[in-house]
Amino acid sequence: MDKNKALIEIKNLKKYFPIKKGLLKKTVANVKAVDDVSFTINKGETLGLVGESGCGKTTTGRTIIKLYQPTSGQIIYGGKDIAKLSEKEMAPYRRKMQMIFQDPYASLDARMTVGDIIGEAIDIHKLMTGKERTERIQYLLDRVGLNSEHANRYPHEFSGGQRQRIGIARALAVQPEFIVCDEPISALDVSIQAQVINMLEDLQNDMGLTYLFVAHDLSMVKHISNRIGVMYLGKMVELCESNELYKKPLHPYTQALLSAIPVPDPEQAAARQRIVLEGEIPSPIDPPPGCRFKGRCRYAKPICSQQEPVFKDLGGGHFVACHLY
Amino acid sequence: MEKLLEIKNLETSFYTHAGEVKAVRGVSFHLDKGEALGIVGESGSGKSITMMSLMRLLSDNGKIKKGELIFDGRDLAKLSEEEMQNIRGNEIGMIFQDPMTSLNPVLTIGDQLTEPLIKHRKMTKQQAFERAVKMMTLVGIPSPESRMKQYPHEFSGGMRQRVMIAMSLVCEPKLIIADEPTTALDVTIQAQILELMKDLKEKINASIILITHDLGVVADVCNRINVMYGGMIVETGSTKDIFYNPKHPYTWGLLKSIPNPNEEERERLIPIDGQPPDLIKPPVGCPFAPRCEYAMKICMTENLPVFEVGENHKAACWLNHQDAPKVEPPVGRRNL
Ligand SMILES: Nc1ncnc2c1ncn2[C@@H]1O[C@H](COP(=O)(O)OP(=O)(O)OP(=O)(O)O)[C@@H](O)[C@H]1O
Ligand SMILES: Nc1ncnc2c1ncn2[C@@H]1O[C@H](COP(=O)(O)OP(=O)(O)OP(=O)(O)O)[C@@H](O)[C@H]1O
Ligand SMILES: [Mg+2]
Ligand SMILES: [Mg+2]
Repeated sequence: MDKNKALIEIKNLKKYFPIKKGLLKKTVANVKAVDDVSFTINKGETLGLVGESGCGKTTTGRTIIKLYQPTSGQIIYGGKDIAKLSEKEMAPYRRKMQMIFQDPYASLDARMTVGDIIGEAIDIHKLMTGKERTERIQYLLDRVGLNSEHANRYPHEFSGGQRQRIGIARALAVQPEFIVCDEPISALDVSIQAQVINMLEDLQNDMGLTYLFVAHDLSMVKHISNRIGVMYLGKMVELCESNELYKKPLHPYTQALLSAIPVPDPEQAAARQRIVLEGEIPSPIDPPPGCRFKGRCRYAKPICSQQEPVFKDLGGGHFVACHLY
Repeated sequence: MEKLLEIKNLETSFYTHAGEVKAVRGVSFHLDKGEALGIVGESGSGKSITMMSLMRLLSDNGKIKKGELIFDGRDLAKLSEEEMQNIRGNEIGMIFQDPMTSLNPVLTIGDQLTEPLIKHRKMTKQQAFERAVKMMTLVGIPSPESRMKQYPHEFSGGMRQRVMIAMSLVCEPKLIIADEPTTALDVTIQAQILELMKDLKEKINASIILITHDLGVVADVCNRINVMYGGMIVETGSTKDIFYNPKHPYTWGLLKSIPNPNEEERERLIPIDGQPPDLIKPPVGCPFAPRCEYAMKICMTENLPVFEVGENHKAACWLNHQDAPKVEPPVGRRNL
């Protein structure tokens, strides 16, 4: 597969959430959840997205598949800018782009059986009916490690991890091209994580799927991703091939992040040294000028407060936004 | 060591249209003061329900069928709802697995944080406010004063989780039950929260029960681990026993599933084949036997005994019987 051909090009994407006050609901400020990010997702690859909680990963994913209307910027999907398309014009793209959600509790309709939840997606896109539909539901349940009796039960009868697998089955039901996986495995035990990751990899190989994979478990992100992007406070600060990121992290935030990965080994865990991030976590409502990380950076220089670092390729597709380079 | 908690033979079931779901099937363990116990295991194995039983927070169709829940000298199974309310959030702080449903959507974050302090600790509003702001800072929420006025839906997933953590710690409880407390957090904030919990453990000799799928987190925080499968504890031991000398094939399977941190080319992960047991009709004998590559005939026919395999190290697996064939465990960890 040609992993160097772009499926999606994101250019200067912004998503602001207005904060409204008073009777007239006047916008008094904006939460700059995603603030001018540009990157490419290649066909058939897995792009990992990591970063501090609240830095805008979920918002980036949701905006790319137009669950949120972007504030500005371009989303070029298979050559066409879909950023400004109307809901009607979006229709053919809706099936191609699916999402697996972060919160397995809130994302499943409590009044529907599991079979209906998965079947609904099939029905919306009028893909199959009757026996074929039933078989497809059973096949999907089996693929995500549930059994066919589960089709008649309701979400509240399942554990957190089991519910997450239902969400995955639902996303797969419509045979999409691109899936935003927003922490799809954080609720699962490691053995089922391995099952799901293998499943996502197999599906990718079989159908040429492309993933944007958001997660906090950096060892799993490294395993599944071809390339990884690191976000900090609405900005992309580093992006490169995944082995390269772990061997040669350039941005000081990436370095701190990697040093804090928990190691599943009690002796190593006791011996390791973490880079502890000092300083106040800045707010996306009123982000500081210059580099957004400077207040917590060990290497901050005067220029970091004055000028925003440019996100640039240092060679070989290793992008970083930092005045050190 | 003084015992803070002892659970004896707990059985909890849910009554559904499909039948009785036997979620917890005879769980016994104890916790000393100042100890950090990790609970790991299959999703759906009853980790959360064991703790919800202890807190007496089961949904209406759930019932404790049997067992004692001795906490600090009292059997919580026998207390009235009113007495339980004095324990929850006060003597026992709990961080729930799903922060959105456990925060009240119509109350501000500030109200939710100060309420237990006013109720249980008899603080004034002002004192409670200051203490709550301090907790918000400790869990890494910027501009805590203005955030106190906001509602849960205005927070990101990880921020809500941190509020939950602040809430559970605000009264400095004797026991902190943390159910997947850091799954929605990035590793730097996770590290900060884990340090905070460890500090509290040192400072007020609090005990911690930590449920997590992240074996790195248990390795870091816990001194003892229970491994659960199919509503039972299948292995229990010190953290080092579990990682370096595990005695149950399910534990082996868990450890084998972790991705190799040093892989260069993508290596295929090794999950445990097969399906988890149906808790409406749990299998006779060992719940793991149908998926176990070492299973013997006896595993599927006899009641499962627990074997002492070392000091404070027990495993519910026939392989530890003296007459069983010797098998070479496929783990400790790859790099050991
Ligand atoms: N619907 C919304 N309305 C207002 N603000 C929002 C909304 N969704 C997100 N935000 C804000 O946007 C910022 C980014 O949130 P987002 O959920 O994208 O973060 P994240 O990187 O996915 O974090 P986490 O790792 O905690 O899931 C946060 O400050 C959050 O409070
Ligand atoms: N309200 C309910 N009605 C019926 N069955 C339930 C209910 N709540 C939980 N169960 C069942 O009880 C079993 C134990 O669930 P529990 O939530 O304790 O799992 P867990 O070990 O915490 O899993 P996870 O790691 O996925 O959170 C599961 O099989 C689940 O399906
Ligand atoms: Mg998110
Ligand atoms: Mg649970």
